[in-house]
Amino acid sequence: MLRKLLALAGLFALAGAPAALAETTQAPLRDVSWSFNGLGMYDQEQLQRGLKVYTEVCSQCHSLNLVAFHDLGDPGGPLYDPKYAANPNDNPRVKAFATSWSRQVPDIDADTGDPIHRPATTADVPTPPFPNEAAARASNGGALPPDMSLLAAAREGGPAYIYSLITSYAPTPASIKSPPPGKYYNPIFPGDLSSMASDPDHVPVGGFIGMPPPLGDKDCKVTFDDGTPCTKDQEAKDIAAFLNWASDPHMEQRKQLGFSVLIYLSVFTLLLYASYRQIWRNVAH
Amino acid sequence: MSGPSSYEPKTAIERWLDVRLPIVRFGVDLMDFPTPKNLNYWWTFGGILAFCLIEQIVTGIILGMHYNASGDGAFNSVQAIMREVNYGWLIRYIHANGASMFFVAVYIHMFRGVYYGSYKAPRELLWLIGCAIYLTMMATAFMGYVLPWGQMSFWGAKVITNLFGALPVIGPSLTTWLWGGFTVDAPTLNRFYSLHYLLPFVIAGLVGLHIWALHVPGNSNPTGVNVKDKSDTVPFHPYYTVKDGFAVSVFVIMFALFVFFMPEALGHVDNNIPANPLVTPAHIVPEWYFLPYYAILRAVPDKLTGVLLMGAAIACIFALPWLDTSRVRSMRYRPQAKLYFFIFVFDCLLLGLCGAHEPDEPFIRGVSGFMLGDSNINSYVWVSRVAAFYYFAYFVLITPILGLRETPLPAPESISSPVLSHPAAAHSGAVAAPEKKG
Repeated sequence: MLRKLLALAGLFALAGAPAALAETTQAPLRDVSWSFNGLGMYDQEQLQRGLKVYTEVCSQCHSLNLVAFHDLGDPGGPLYDPKYAANPNDNPRVKAFATSWSRQVPDIDADTGDPIHRPATTADVPTPPFPNEAAARASNGGALPPDMSLLAAAREGGPAYIYSLITSYAPTPASIKSPPPGKYYNPIFPGDLSSMASDPDHVPVGGFIGMPPPLGDKDCKVTFDDGTPCTKDQEAKDIAAFLNWASDPHMEQRKQLGFSVLIYLSVFTLLLYASYRQIWRNVAH
Repeated sequence: MSGPSSYEPKTAIERWLDVRLPIVRFGVDLMDFPTPKNLNYWWTFGGILAFCLIEQIVTGIILGMHYNASGDGAFNSVQAIMREVNYGWLIRYIHANGASMFFVAVYIHMFRGVYYGSYKAPRELLWLIGCAIYLTMMATAFMGYVLPWGQMSFWGAKVITNLFGALPVIGPSLTTWLWGGFTVDAPTLNRFYSLHYLLPFVIAGLVGLHIWALHVPGNSNPTGVNVKDKSDTVPFHPYYTVKDGFAVSVFVIMFALFVFFMPEALGHVDNNIPANPLVTPAHIVPEWYFLPYYAILRAVPDKLTGVLLMGAAIACIFALPWLDTSRVRSMRYRPQAKLYFFIFVFDCLLLGLCGAHEPDEPFIRGVSGFMLGDSNINSYVWVSRVAAFYYFAYFVLITPILGLRETPLPAPESISSPVLSHPAAAHSGAVAAPEKKG
């Protein structure tokens, strides 16, 4: 019976375990309001704080391969300056940020052909922490820290998921008999703990994640340049907002253009309706 | 395209052209085409679909200038479009949401055809060409969804191409041939890109035939009564260009709301993760417009039967002109048929809902139900079975039998007669609230 359905699912190449057998669970995401919800825009200071959290904390393990340094200076970006709107590559903050990136760019010496490392330019992306996937896994107990460029768009709940995940680490529940070594219990991380729980009727929600609590034990890991008092919660919110920007860097442009388009279309539609009434006025239909 | 032409070439160049390539005559006749004057807003979806096709081809060609159809480059080239190409995000969001809009419009267009009996003689071929367009659209949309090469692209392609593997004898070799290898991989992506670029032009050709086949008998209309004389019609232009134009504009407002304010609402988060053959997403779901078929496929516990049923579900639409035995065209005068039709529309939506859920998930949360056969009665798999049964019953039982047994209401004498007796037409020459009639 059930096996038949399982076989069916398998046949369809639904190689992932079907729901009846493995229901992944997760705790409800934490409530958080963003400046960019609904019709809102990014809070540039928040993006700058988030960029700092990424630079000083996340970038130790996570790459940001789709975001070039000059993207940071685009309209809506953390380092945007209207003076350099035409070409963010000229923006001194963007330049300084690129050259000060902690890891240099692996390159080839054009004269000798020797492999070299050079400082980043605004056209580069931040040099990733690991040269390849195998190196990343080897340094992280077999787990692969995902690239962060699209993280907010690739998780159900987006920034709220990221914020909830990094603020919700909890001690391993007592009902888990043998927790996997080197992994951390997190009720937000989708998982299926039914095979580990001592009581099958009371399976804890969430799963085990390879990432240790990224913001550590202390209250704060970074010092914000804008004087915002640093708390773990603040850091979590800011990095989530920054990653949402990284996933959706043209959101401000999109919403602004959307308003103009809707106003134009509304007027155009009304004109068409008036023309329609005018043309059909003598036709009974 | 047919019928008497009212065009008189006036200038020397027009006369010269008219005996060599009567392209001006063609255009004038197209614009003057006598169209029933009682077409309601459900008839504007033909124009809306023409808009969708042109919009998808134009945005698609621009995307093709920046897209890199390779296993290594596809995902990042789409991201480069989203991030670095000027207004690339706009073009891509229009194209991605445009596919959904296209299907919204085509489903409304098809339901309109069913309700008003637009497929009945002499318009069977018109209906068949329409079905061929729909089938080509499905293939195009499916292959287009594979191109971003995200997780849902890859695994969707895997699931759908695997369906062909269920066919006896030829199945395995057919899938290998489709894949260009022994699994979905870079060669599959390349050929899907090639076909995704080709098929829209096939659709455009079919649309030409569709319009040609439409212009031989002319439009049907909400009463289903044939056009009797000139007083029943108005020239297509300006009457329907302006009415269709207004409808397209309203449609585009709805479209713009998605593109600018919820561009990812119809997508799936997993497609923002690059394709990975080693990691299967927890839930593989097709795009919303395929969900009813997906539910039919999963309703039976045997893969081949599921595939055949899915094919049969589409075949039923093709066969509709020969399944319907009623001589009355419009359901406006068929009260019983109307009832079954609205249940059918609801049934299709219900199948879509079933396709979006896991088969074992309870349909009503908190109710335990009981086992019936292989599954709990309160599960999506049983709901999809009941819904799939109604889907087929509607085509092969209800439609043929009802046409022979029902007593239809009297249809009006002509298109003009119900219009002239309509209360709104009585009080003045001006038309009050024309959108409520038709």
